[in-house]
Amino acid sequence: MKVAITSTGNLPGSLIDPRFGRCAWFIIYDTESKSTEFIPNPYKDSDEDAGPDSIKLLESRNISKIISGEFGYKVKPVLDKLKIQMIVIKYSNRKIFEIIDLLNH
Amino acid sequence: MSPRIKKLRKVLNPPPVNGFKPYGSRNSNSNPEPVMFLYEEYEALRLCDYDMLNHHGASEAMAVSRPTFTRIYSSARRKLATAFVEGRQILIEGGKVYFDSDWYECKKCSCYFNNPEKEKSAEKCPLCGSDNVNGFEPPDEPHQL
Repeated sequence: MKVAITSTGNLPGSLIDPRFGRCAWFIIYDTESKSTEFIPNPYKDSDEDAGPDSIKLLESRNISKIISGEFGYKVKPVLDKLKIQMIVIKYSNRKIFEIIDLLNH
Repeated sequence: MSPRIKKLRKVLNPPPVNGFKPYGSRNSNSNPEPVMFLYEEYEALRLCDYDMLNHHGASEAMAVSRPTFTRIYSSARRKLATAFVEGRQILIEGGKVYFDSDWYECKKCSCYFNNPEKEKSAEKCPLCGSDNVNGFEPPDEPHQL
């Protein structure tokens, strides 16, 4: 199962990015092979529809869960339809490796 | 004066099919005009006659008032009866609805998550695996279309 995490940087010690569509990096973690992949978000500075465009990018990689700080109103219905689970972390002082540790419970 | 704007009705899942077609018509000139069945009418029928909820419980599930629910439900039954008696096709489409899933809160790692498998209720936190999860009602209103 693949999980996407929104991140402010491309290091395991980076903080989680509280925004979904305009986050700096997407981190794709595979819970079976324990591998991580860092993708820079091409829609970081986009004026409009950053969320739906980001979903298209993540959907092509068969993500089943997304961890972020906030999901916009354009994003929620689309993810609902695609049956991708949204996980909201309110405290943005969490680091990426901490979240990956949590996922390996 | 324009009529009052209808509130959005909450629908769990879209229907499994887009409609129903009659077969074996007895009159040669079968009525080609289909009956337009709305998503909210499908949901009302599902809640009341498939899940066996009463109108009060079903109205809460669709986030409308009880009298409004009863109106949607009676319209659904009238349309079904029309289609059956007149041998018409049923098309399920349209309506003032939004699709929603339930949200949960994990007490252990204090995260919120939704449940894409709408028929089952979530028991474990997808992040930390704790079973200390509670149902959560998002405070923000659904976006008005």
